[in-house]
Amino acid sequence: MNRRRLPSALAAAALAVAAAGWALSAPAGLDPAIAEAVAQPGDAAAGRIVFYAGGCESCHMSPGLSDPLRLGGGQPLATPFGVFYPPNISPDPQSGIGAWSARDFAAALLDGVSPAGAHYYPVFPYTSYRLTRPQDVRDLFAFLKTLPAVQGRAPGIALGFPFNIRRALGIWKRLYAVDPPDWDATGPSDSWRLGRYLVEGPGHCVECHSPRNPLGGIAASARFQGGPLPDGKGKAPALTPVALKDWSKDDIAEALSSGVTPTGDSLGGAMAAVVRNTAQLPPSYRAAIAEYLKTPR
Amino acid sequence: MKPIVTFGMLIALCVSAAYADQDPIAARKALMKSNGAATKTLVGILKGAPFDLAAVQSALKVYVDSAAAAPALFPDSSKTGDTHALPAIWDNKADFEARFKKFGADASAALAAITDEASFKANAPGILKNCGSCHETYRAPLN
Repeated sequence: MNRRRLPSALAAAALAVAAAGWALSAPAGLDPAIAEAVAQPGDAAAGRIVFYAGGCESCHMSPGLSDPLRLGGGQPLATPFGVFYPPNISPDPQSGIGAWSARDFAAALLDGVSPAGAHYYPVFPYTSYRLTRPQDVRDLFAFLKTLPAVQGRAPGIALGFPFNIRRALGIWKRLYAVDPPDWDATGPSDSWRLGRYLVEGPGHCVECHSPRNPLGGIAASARFQGGPLPDGKGKAPALTPVALKDWSKDDIAEALSSGVTPTGDSLGGAMAAVVRNTAQLPPSYRAAIAEYLKTPR
Repeated sequence: MKPIVTFGMLIALCVSAAYADQDPIAARKALMKSNGAATKTLVGILKGAPFDLAAVQSALKVYVDSAAAAPALFPDSSKTGDTHALPAIWDNKADFEARFKKFGADASAALAAITDEASFKANAPGILKNCGSCHETYRAPLN
């Protein structure tokens, strides 16, 4: 090519790449069918179970409290990418999500997009939460609206370059946010299907129990292979049938109820917060989780 | 639970008490192991093993004795070494020791209250909640 034409050719190429990047990183619009489904009146009692299946209070509870229903956010979550502060998700209209519509809530939980159309960081595990059924999203929203309003916004986050380029998460999502499978299509039993939904969806177990690549994504082959905890202190063990060979289904269900392990030890550590949530689920849910984890997949 | 196992647990507890001065870390590990054995017994019955009042009482007695012996096994000199005890213990000594007191009190109350399977099922789960309360903040991850 003629040397004098090179700069403008390069500029055009750069512009094309930037335009493509901009287009690829655009937030997805919420599926209209889902938007319609979540806008129907929700069942708060059913939503309470979704709340505990999803473990919302473990991150969003106001720090220093023991009331899991005060969701003022602000508890710092240290990760290799920086410190995050889960937001206030109480029904307070200024500090929390009191002014949100069901559609806003669904877009946040399922697509990781804020009502203003900005991407959320995947420290909010929408990579798992996006598998939540629309009726569960609807019921959870109804439940959250019954909780006490907590005033005070959580601190804003300040990440280093390049993680502070929020728009780039649109591309990250294309790589690492999977679409839900057809939940009812396959599986050996109802309990297994329920367990798969709870584990892969609201339970978001994979988010801690897997290693992450340098981009913070979880490769498909790495799922449930165990990994470092987000704050770097300690490891979440693998949850494959092989790794769980010394645990029976009853052992797993018991641990999710009382925290007690087959050797009479206590799960403790980061799992104590998880057990506080799974202990609130119906026993059939814990049994379903155990069923799914113990079945080769 | 076989008497030999109870006997073994109590021996472990006595041995750990004897070695407390020399090696509090080893002593408290032995103490926690005996707690674990007691917990296995109680959870086993909760999950359907035949109810055995003597076994339940032995297990609860282990809890009571552990709770009484444990605070002395965390002297300032034992912060480092082959231990999973977190520095938070010594930063919050009062809270840490209060939890052992509560654990012992809960176990004593259960010893008095449990006379049959029904009272066992009603009282046992509450005692087990004590384990997680310390192990969440005062023990390092095991892996």
